[in-house]
Amino acid sequence: MTVLRYLLRNPLSLFGMVVLIGFVVVALFAPLLAVPEPYQISPYDTPRAGFWAQPQPPSGEHPLGTTQGQFDIYYGLVWGTRTAFKIGLGVVLISVFVGVLIGSIAAFYGGLVDEVLMRVVDVFMAVPLLIAAMVLTALLGKGLVPMIIALSTFGWMNYARVVRSEILRVKELDFVHAARAYGTGDLRLILRHILPNTFFPVLVLATMATGSMVLAASALSFLGVGTEEGYADWGQFIAYSRNWIVGQGDDPFAYWYTLFFPGMAIFLFVLSWNLVGDALRDILDPRIAK
Amino acid sequence: MLYYLLRRAVFIPVVLLALTLMIFSLQMTLSPVQRLAAYAPGPEFLKGGNDQIAALIEKYGLDEPFLVQYSDWLGNVLTGNLGWSETARAPVADALIDLFPATAELVFFAFIPSLIGAIWLGTKAGVYLNKGIDHAIRIFTILGWSFPVFVFGLMMLMIFYGTLNWFPPGRLSQWAEVVVAGEAFTRYTGVNTLDALLNGNLAVFFDALRHLIAPVVTLTYVNLASMTRVMRTSMLETLRQDYIRTARAKGLPERVVQNKHGRSNAMLPVVTIAGMELAYMMGGVVITETIFDYHGIGRFAADAASNLDFPGVLGFALYFALVLVVINLVVDLLYPLLDPRVKLR
Repeated sequence: MTVLRYLLRNPLSLFGMVVLIGFVVVALFAPLLAVPEPYQISPYDTPRAGFWAQPQPPSGEHPLGTTQGQFDIYYGLVWGTRTAFKIGLGVVLISVFVGVLIGSIAAFYGGLVDEVLMRVVDVFMAVPLLIAAMVLTALLGKGLVPMIIALSTFGWMNYARVVRSEILRVKELDFVHAARAYGTGDLRLILRHILPNTFFPVLVLATMATGSMVLAASALSFLGVGTEEGYADWGQFIAYSRNWIVGQGDDPFAYWYTLFFPGMAIFLFVLSWNLVGDALRDILDPRIAK
Repeated sequence: MLYYLLRRAVFIPVVLLALTLMIFSLQMTLSPVQRLAAYAPGPEFLKGGNDQIAALIEKYGLDEPFLVQYSDWLGNVLTGNLGWSETARAPVADALIDLFPATAELVFFAFIPSLIGAIWLGTKAGVYLNKGIDHAIRIFTILGWSFPVFVFGLMMLMIFYGTLNWFPPGRLSQWAEVVVAGEAFTRYTGVNTLDALLNGNLAVFFDALRHLIAPVVTLTYVNLASMTRVMRTSMLETLRQDYIRTARAKGLPERVVQNKHGRSNAMLPVVTIAGMELAYMMGGVVITETIFDYHGIGRFAADAASNLDFPGVLGFALYFALVLVVINLVVDLLYPLLDPRVKLR
């Protein structure tokens, strides 16, 4: 109820929510919105209409035009929505799992364990995400799974930090002592009594991170170490537009559609996650009460 | 204070060791032959066929156990030899020293306006919470936060290069490259704008500036957005403190309350975030440098990473860790100056 009232009072958050739901719908109904050709091995391979280098403007057959190499932009964007959800949710779920595990072990056992684990976090923080992910994808090969592995390997540290500090705060509260006095084991104490308290901060962090992980993934594709040629992936489609942004002759915007549509897709996707994350934080964080 | 510095000094080598060990173990997943390929300057180097390959693997100790190879590398690093980078076609240390001024120049021009702008905008948004200005600033920041840098950069190119031809990519025009490389021009720092001024060559100065504008605007926008968010939140929290109410109650002018009591205290978290942003920018603004064809650390690191040029990657990692350490140290030392309640322990 509070959530609904909040949304109605904050048009921006409402907008974010609606856009996000829109993306979910597109992802769910991708096979209906952009029907794969029967000869396609995987629906994620964007069909191409020939092999010309020059992009073609929107037409009846290709509603959003084609990229260089004649990949259909509309098809790529529709199926790219699924790719974006796979990457965003995949990376964030793995990162949250690893981060929560390490953060809670560090905070619960303290002392040397804590010190060592936090230095490990420091080491991982001392690597720029994009470069580290590039090395890993270059080693593991192109494709979705290597990208998800690479981004989660260097994306879990913030969760570990947040979970650790939350647990340190909660650990000395009376109800924990009470549970311990009752004879509760370590594992049950962590899982049942302490971890649930860290749920909301992690949820906010994860929502915000989903957008930025999709951004990072598309940056990888843009830099050429992401998905395979023609894979329905927004970053890949922006990379295709790179050679054509200066236009042609006296019309500098001749190939606007190659940048505009994929760019808008990424932008709106990330924006919607950020707006929803912002709203969650405002609702859940009592310090920023209205 | 001394204890604090000492503790820092002990941890840094530990983190560096762990970091390089991690990257080194990634390198060791490649076969000796693959690693040899990273060192080979050209095909003629391997003309001797399998025998020569085997001899070279032997010579460089590429099939030695992990720890032996790592300590070899470490020994070289301690004597200042970071190895040969195939992507830069130069020794890693030379490449880093060569590219550093380029990135530093870009970051300098982008960081200062974003920091000042963020503090100013964030203060305004906090003071006028839920008013028109606040909404405008919030929309501006959330747009900046969500807009992919590469789309923004490509749009800049489309408009200011493709259409108007104002800001071409690269670091200098061809004629300026010739002047800079010439006898009469002394390269004091490698920072083009500064060198041009020191040489009294205004034409080169303006050419360098012209090439800087588009990447600087791109970078500034992104950083401004994220730092303004932090400043706004921090300002909101500060303005709710009791001492603000006290200051108002004792009749101080609103301007003094906002700027002296509010802004000065709200700036603290921004300093931390700004330090981190600065470190990551110095670590190379990969995408911006790639789009605007600006040869800096970020482009070098990205090329080294995607070509699995491990000497380059390791050198970059050491460089970045160093930058991180220095900037964190500066931020920590700044803190007690900004907030007398903070004491270093």
